[in-house]
Amino acid sequence: MRRFTSLLFAGGLAFLLFSLVATLDFGDPPMRIGSGILAQAPAQVGTANIVTAVVLAYRGIDTLGELSILFAAATAAGLVLARPGRAVSAPKPGGFVLRVGADLLLPLLVVIGLYIIAHGHLTPGGGFQGGVILAAAFFLPLLASPGREPTHAGLSLVEGLAGGGFILIGLLALWQEGAFLEPLLGTGQLGALLSGGTLPLLYLAVGLKVGAELSALLARLMGEGHDVGD
Amino acid sequence: MMLAIEPILYAGAIGLIAIGVAGMALSRHGFRIVLALALAEAGANLLLVLGGFREGGVAPILVGGGNTASMVDPVPQAMVLTAIVIGVGVQALAIALLIQVKEHLGPIDRQGLRDAMEADIDRHAGLPLPESLDRPLSREGER
Repeated sequence: MRRFTSLLFAGGLAFLLFSLVATLDFGDPPMRIGSGILAQAPAQVGTANIVTAVVLAYRGIDTLGELSILFAAATAAGLVLARPGRAVSAPKPGGFVLRVGADLLLPLLVVIGLYIIAHGHLTPGGGFQGGVILAAAFFLPLLASPGREPTHAGLSLVEGLAGGGFILIGLLALWQEGAFLEPLLGTGQLGALLSGGTLPLLYLAVGLKVGAELSALLARLMGEGHDVGD
Repeated sequence: MMLAIEPILYAGAIGLIAIGVAGMALSRHGFRIVLALALAEAGANLLLVLGGFREGGVAPILVGGGNTASMVDPVPQAMVLTAIVIGVGVQALAIALLIQVKEHLGPIDRQGLRDAMEADIDRHAGLPLPESLDRPLSREGER
């Protein structure tokens, strides 16, 4: 019975979505705001990647809210998992090839992550994507030699500074231009690395924050896995 | 034979949502419920991106002074970027909770979890063990 009702519910949901979708014309989005942003963004914001203009300029406060949700989730996970004074049995480190490979990959991944963050306003990339690569870079050595303690203090410092920097740039714009997170410093030349005003700085803050948060989260989950799995 | 591409794309996105919802309702194991949630999220993200598609549209990135009229809608893409990151946070929190449940109560399938929680509540309430004749009758159909 339970199985039947569950399947009925899922099927009904799919039918509802299908009938909603059937009323739309494919390839002709009903929202007009997208066309407006596409027409105005290159002159107003000056980023070649218009998704970045939406994320950081037109919907900047939403991005701040998203960052706070990520922060709340990471903090809650840390709160749930944290138990002081618990002895973590140090697991065996990985083999030689694994450890050296991880150490070799670390600088390369950091460079790629920073590159993707720095070109977020020009190419399909940005703070979130690059931040995840940064988190992977710092998590890889931990995977190869699990005994190594992650530096939670340093990660929290980076995270706090990045989050504070994001809000500070927003407040500076509020003071200068009268709107929170309004892009400053002019638009620059479209397509140049130094263009888009404060948007690359904001994306750098986002990237550092996402990277620090995710690597702290992964390190916590991994530290937990040792004595649960057996 | 030409198959129209739209029904396939929509069926993929909506099918992922339906599979995820059905999985969440049907699975017994906690980890599978989290995986089903991730599937449903992927479907919802796909549906959002599809909603911004424009016929013959290109990615909303200006290359060498291209015109913006032929680009797809950038707003759903920015929203999906947001949704993906939030999804990661939610999944990490769910897995952290699952780890704690496993450590404190043992099983993370639905039935075992309910039994363990009821035994825990009974113990704290000072009720006798289920085998004892002194135990008050539980409501039928609960289990």
